Order: sequence, then structure tokens, then C-alpha cells
Amino acid sequence: MYLFYFALQAEVEETLKRIEAHKGVIGTIVVNAEGIPIRTTLDNSTTVQYAGLLRHLTMKARSTVRDIDPQNDLTFLRIRSKKHEIMVAPENDFLLIVIQNPCE
Amino acid sequence: MFSDEAPEPVTVLSDWRKSQQSERESRACQTRAVHSDEAQIQTTSTTTSSTQTEPQDQTSEQPLQQNHQPGPPDLKDFLQRIEETVITELVKNARGHAFDGFQANWGDHSQLVSCLHRLQHPIAQERDLHVTSVSWTCTGSVIACAYGRIDEGHWGTERSYLCTWNLNSQSLRPRQADLVIDVHTAITVLSCHPEKPALIAGGLYSGEVVIWDTSRTQDPVLALTGMSADSHREPIYQVAWVPLQEKGEFGVLSAGSGGRVLLWTVDSEQGRLVLKSAYALIQQQLPHNSSISLKAPGSSNVGVTSLALSVWDPDTFLVGSEGGLLLRCSFSSKTPAAVSTKDQTVTLRAPAVFSFRPHSGPVHSIHCSPFHRNLFVSAGTDGLAHLHSMLQPNPLMSLRVSETYVFQVEWSPTRPLVFAAATGQGEVQIFDLGRRSLRPVATIGQGTARQAATCLAFNRQSSHLLAVGNMDGTVGVWELSADLTEQNPRERSQLEQIANQVAE
Repeated sequence: MYLFYFALQAEVEETLKRIEAHKGVIGTIVVNAEGIPIRTTLDNSTTVQYAGLLRHLTMKARSTVRDIDPQNDLTFLRIRSKKHEIMVAPENDFLLIVIQNPCE
Repeated sequence: MFSDEAPEPVTVLSDWRKSQQSERESRACQTRAVHSDEAQIQTTSTTTSSTQTEPQDQTSEQPLQQNHQPGPPDLKDFLQRIEETVITELVKNARGHAFDGFQANWGDHSQLVSCLHRLQHPIAQERDLHVTSVSWTCTGSVIACAYGRIDEGHWGTERSYLCTWNLNSQSLRPRQADLVIDVHTAITVLSCHPEKPALIAGGLYSGEVVIWDTSRTQDPVLALTGMSADSHREPIYQVAWVPLQEKGEFGVLSAGSGGRVLLWTVDSEQGRLVLKSAYALIQQQLPHNSSISLKAPGSSNVGVTSLALSVWDPDTFLVGSEGGLLLRCSFSSKTPAAVSTKDQTVTLRAPAVFSFRPHSGPVHSIHCSPFHRNLFVSAGTDGLAHLHSMLQPNPLMSLRVSETYVFQVEWSPTRPLVFAAATGQGEVQIFDLGRRSLRPVATIGQGTARQAATCLAFNRQSSHLLAVGNMDGTVGVWELSADLTEQNPRERSQLEQIANQVAE
């Protein structure tokens, strides 16, 4: 059981590494259902700020989409800013936030 | 018949004393005693508190990740599900150009160029003096304006004025300058100190260079060149503050039609400007350019009409001449100038290292781009603005600015592709090199009066302000629209492209 746990852990790390290896990626954050960041490549305060704010925004966006059409659902959120592009992949239990600098 | 009469005495009592006395009264009055108290107070207690963060435990972050994990299997599944989507988006994003050059316009920007103030000094206007130069102080709130004449060639002994207005002050009166300094002859050019807001350097028609300190109430003249063998003897056309090797020190570079470029240091205690180095431009010593024939009759001196310093290279300065020559010069030049050096205390040196294709008339203005080390723009009587690279003799671009003269060109301090030109027709033309057409994007005019615009100055602190001096003695302060002041993301690379062009 213990070994299995670590095998899974390794697989998670692998997947995140593959994402991080992409061009211009500044950082990734995984947030759990309670809004607590569980994996991050950024420093503590930035992570907490991003996680808190983006979780709110994602929930708001999701409810907007579902209010417009109850059969519809939010699948992905991209935010273009002057400096970065922030991507949020939402799901009930987790949230993956990727910050990319597209100009790099 | 007759009998003795014994008249009875009649007594009349005198009552004057009594009546006087009755009117007398005596009164007394006294103020109450003044009470005074003394009280003293002093705080006696002091507190000291201190705080310290605990040394961060490296291992404490790990449990955070482990404790809250609802088990890696879920996380693994989640990541595997979304990995593909995220990666596709990342790749798309890195390749996509959909947002290139796009800029959201959030603020409420003014799209209009408007005249904020029209400053004038009535006494100077009555005497038909022209505004010869305007300059913003380093704080960007005060504008200095010099009066003189640009249409007269003879020696003037007319008095003129230096006026300053503080645009941020509550009590700004456009017809009444905050400070007026009387000067014994016409002022030809002004330049404010790059760090000290009170200091203004000026060049006079008589060839003197003056430093004014506007914070001194008694005698505003801080330093003066006076008349010596070293100084200019002909009108000065340009003064500029030059950073010296000593940190924080600035010298004044002046150039005039006598063909000398002189670098002065300020000796404020003695009220003098001390000559530090001197350069002379002599016709025979100019770098030879096969396309130019150097046959100028008469004087061998090259009268300097404009001067510009490079922001990037402290050794380089550019010079434009009366004959239309455009020269790149070096401060560190060691070649002695071929002139008789008697009476001179400082050896004259020949600074020119490179000559660009000449204009067909006097070059009134040169300005180096604040965003690219090789680009500069020059303009003069031919009505064209030439965009030059420092590395090529021929201009990269020549733009028709005006049918008459161009008195000054200056790059925008915020937009790399924008420059403005003050023309003899009274308008200021603003050009944007990012546009395809080579027509001005904005024309600032004053309507009916066709008096020439003689000078202009962008405000480096509040970049939406542009000051324009006119021949009718007024200084217009214009507010520029947002598209003339806000830099686009791709503008620098466009400028780079222009600079790297090869001129035909």
C-alpha cells in the first residue's frame, strides 16, 4: 500500500513536470476542494493569493455559465493580462492554475 | 423834602464755587488681579516591544501538502484528465498571435488635443518680442520662457525677459508670470538643470552664457561667462547641461555662430563660469565625405546653429551648422584645431568625427531619440525633418513637415515613434512613424494668427503636456491625447526595425 502511494505520487509529479516544461510557464498551483493549495512551484504568499482569488473567480465563472444555460458547464478558464496568461482547469475536487508568459 | 436814606445792604452770595463743585465726581476703577498658573507635564513611561519570526522549518511545508491530500489517486486522475487540455492551451498560447498589439483601453482617456493655458507676459508682447525658447524644469511643474527676437540680424541692445510660471500652483495667472527676470539683451536659448529645479542656463545674443538661480530673491544671476578671450563673441544658439565625470556634477555646453563649442563648469562662489574644454569647428578639418563639396566662401569657421547630446553615449554630441552640415563629434577628441590660439587659456580641439549628408539650409534643431541609441532627427530651413542613424551618412527617412522653416524638433519622451516639429507656419506637427502614411497625426495650431511657432518642449514628468512658444509672444501649454502619449507594446521593436534600415 505504501509503495503504491509513492508510485502515484511520482506519477503526479511527472505530469506536473511535463506541464511546467512548456514554453513560457512561470508556475503551477494545485488547489484542493477546500481552497488550500497542495502543490505549488511559486513562493508561499504568491501561491496563497493566487489560490484564494482564482478559486473565487472560477466558482463565479462556473455559476455564470450554468446560470445562462443549466445544461452547460465551465471547462476551462483563460485570463489574458498585460504580463501573463493565467489558465485555470477546474473540477469539483481540484483546481489547476498555470501561469504563463506568452511573450517569452 | 430831602431825607437821608439808609440803604439796606444787599448780600449776594457767590455760588460759582459751589456750582463747579457739584459737577465734580470722582470714580475709580481697577482690574482684577491677573492670575497666572504654571503647569508641567512629562511622559514618564516607555515601552519596548520586539518581535521575531520563528526560523522556518523546511519540513513543515511538506506536511501541509501531505495532510490535506485527499489521497493521491484522486489528484492523479484529475491531473491526467486535464493534462491534455492544459498542454494544448499552453502550446496554442505560445504560438498564437491573436492578442499581439491588442491593448485593452480601461481608462477614460481624452482623445482630443486641447490647449490648457496660453501664457503671456504683456510687457514683452507690447514690445513685440518673440518667445525664443521654452524649457520645463526637472519637476515638470514650472515652465521657463525666454523672450528675444528671431527675425533681426543686427546687434540688439534691447532688454528682454525670462519668465516662469508654475502650472501646478493654485494661483496661476496666465497673463502674469510668477517670476520675471530682466536681462540686458535678448535671450536666445534656455535649458533647465536636469536635477535642480531652480537652476536655468541661458544663452544670450551677446554671446554670454548665464546661469540663473530662481530661488534667490536678491540677484538671480548665479554665474556668468563675462567677456573674455575664451568666451563666445557671437550669438549663442544652444546651451545644454552635460553630466561631468564627477558624480552628480553638471557642466554647461554652449554653442554659437562663432563656430565654438565650449564646455563650462559652474563656480557658484565666484559667480563665474569656468571654461573646462573648448572645441572649434573649422571648415578644413571636417571629416571628408565624398558626396559633399566643402567650398564655402569667406570664413573658415562653421557657425553652429544646433547641438544635441546623446542620451546613451556620454562622449558623443551632434552639431548642425549654418551651412547645413550635420556632424557627429566626440568630447574626447585630441586633435588640436587649426586656429591661432593666442589669448586662449584652453586649447581648442577639433571634435568632428563623422559627417552626415548636409541639409540645404541652416539646421535649426537636432534631437536624439530617447529610446534608440542610433536614431536622431534633424530639421531646418528646408522644411524637412530628416530621420538619421548615427551609423549612416544618408538619412533613413525625410518627412515634409512644412512649406516654410522648421524651428525645432523633439521626440516624445514616452512614445518611441512620435516626434513633434514647430514650424514657421505657426503649427506644431506631430508625426507617428508607426503609421503607414508620412503625414502628421496631429496638427496643433492656433487658428487665425499665422505667427511662427519658434520652440516647443515636451514635459518629461507629465508626458501629456507640450509647451509651444510663438512669435506673437505667447506660450501655449497643450494637453496631448492618449494615443500620442501611451506606448504600444510593439513600438520599440518597430523603432528598432526603422533604425536598422539601410538608407538608399
